[in-house]
Amino acid sequence: MAQAFTKAMARNIFYGGTAFFFLLFLALTFQTHSVVPERDNHEAINDTVALGKKVWEENDCIGCHTLLGEGAYFAPELGNVYKRFGSTDAIKAFIKSRPVNGVPGRRSMPQFNLSDEELEAVAQFLKYVSGVKTNRNWPPTPQG
Amino acid sequence: MKYQSQKVAKLYFIAAIGLFVGQILFGLIIGAQYIWGDFLFPTLPFNQARAVHTNLLIVWLIFGFMGAAYYLVPEEAETDLVMPWLAKLMFWIFLAAGAATIVGYIVMPFADLAKLTQNDLFPTMGREFLEQPTITKLGIVVVALAFLANIGFTILKGRKTVINLVLLMGLTGLAVFFLFAFFNPTNIVWDKYYWWWVVHLWVEGVWELILGSILAFILIKTTGVDREVIEKWLYVIIAMTLITGIVGTGHHYYWIGTPEFWQWWGSIFSALEPIPFFMMTVFAFNMVNKRRRNHPNKAAVLWALGTAVMAFLGAGVWGFLHTLAPVNYYTHGTQITAAHGHMAFYGAYVMINLAIISYAMPLLRGREAANSNKSQVLEMWSFWLMTISIVFITLFLTAAGILQVYLQRFSDNPLPFMVVQSKIELFYVLRELTGLVFLAGLIVYVASFFVGSREPEATVEGEVVAAS
Repeated sequence: MAQAFTKAMARNIFYGGTAFFFLLFLALTFQTHSVVPERDNHEAINDTVALGKKVWEENDCIGCHTLLGEGAYFAPELGNVYKRFGSTDAIKAFIKSRPVNGVPGRRSMPQFNLSDEELEAVAQFLKYVSGVKTNRNWPPTPQG
Repeated sequence: MKYQSQKVAKLYFIAAIGLFVGQILFGLIIGAQYIWGDFLFPTLPFNQARAVHTNLLIVWLIFGFMGAAYYLVPEEAETDLVMPWLAKLMFWIFLAAGAATIVGYIVMPFADLAKLTQNDLFPTMGREFLEQPTITKLGIVVVALAFLANIGFTILKGRKTVINLVLLMGLTGLAVFFLFAFFNPTNIVWDKYYWWWVVHLWVEGVWELILGSILAFILIKTTGVDREVIEKWLYVIIAMTLITGIVGTGHHYYWIGTPEFWQWWGSIFSALEPIPFFMMTVFAFNMVNKRRRNHPNKAAVLWALGTAVMAFLGAGVWGFLHTLAPVNYYTHGTQITAAHGHMAFYGAYVMINLAIISYAMPLLRGREAANSNKSQVLEMWSFWLMTISIVFITLFLTAAGILQVYLQRFSDNPLPFMVVQSKIELFYVLRELTGLVFLAGLIVYVASFFVGSREPEATVEGEVVAAS
């Protein structure tokens, strides 16, 4: 009875199973690559959006916010902020108007002192992200 | 300790514990910022402190894994490390690079750190958990290669055990999947898609191989159960881990612009991910029940059993809680995720590190088998303080998350994020208080290295009644 299931069998399941399911994962990834272009809003990507993503990263925005639900949970979801705010001008005005010393007793976004070009770029980046077609139009409500 | 070169592990373990303390202190800072939003603002904004909290966690766990490898690989291979000097050199390089990066997070705004480290040349900074400057990432690759060469050649030279091979596969996977950290396209969907190849394939993939092999090593050493039995278990567990965990990556591909079919693949496979964790629990308890001898290091056995239980609860149960796509639609990116993250990381990866440190440190410090009773009692107190704290931190965050989901996403009249945050503040207060208990546990843990170190070793009372 003890020998019915041997170590060699366990090992083969490990190697065989890993190889099989990794290949399955690659196949699904391949399939994903053929579908994503219909929904990733890549048409909107340009130099401004690329700069915007860099501004987004170099200020570690993800350290407080989520973007399509991923990131930190300290500040609002921004994948749909363009829709919530209604325009890139509103986004820019918000970022620009953060008080240097914050708001007493409350969470506040730092004043990043972005240049006009950077402000426009990060707003365009957020507009681009809001155009990504997510399943069931996630997030569930405009509040993120 | 049988081989001189195992001693290098001690450096890594000490660094790991030191960075662990830092991680918890910064956890308390950001926990406080959840309550008093302007705490330390604008000197240390939340994002910078959070990067310190999460990056210290990752770095100290990797220090621990490396220490574990340097300790157990020579013993398993029955030969000294091929290049102990390289292990020492890489230790200081890794520590210096890590410390410099952390200091950078603390003392300057991110944008300044980006400028200082020439992020323009090759932008990889500022993505969650991969916040590190590109130069740091390159340093990590160098350290990882030197490390893999060191243990790889040692394994090649000596006896090849399943534990060593699985550990080597896990560590190699860690290094290989880290390379995706250098892929940072403008297209946000692909950015996120392959970002998970680092994050998910680490913690729900190759890291579990590392976890499994370290656990198997400790169980062999402390229970005296036949190696054949333990190795068979190890293979089955890691087989289930990768069979479920690789395609289980799909549970991150529900809402990021990826196709619908991932909702099926992700839900089904990640619903199976608790299985290997449950098997690990059964495995650990079975081996301890079937032990051929009582090991005097009771603390190490406690950590080993603890990690098996807590990994199942944190990764398995709390993971399953929000992994099905229809549920995740509401919970994605809320405090539910934070709750799961805290218990899963603690249960699976913090505790396995503390388990191997608990087993190996007494030997590295010249004991025959275990610390004195006095220091073990203290260590076991720290086990309970930290473990119970993390359970309650998880419960409070889960409560916060459920309310957040309801108020912000589920009710007929969804409220704005910040309004919801102030409504659920009570749970952040409770979490912070529990965090202070965790810190107390950690202080007791550190103290256990100094208290009772001059007292005689603990001995085993009584023989084991042979259980079959």
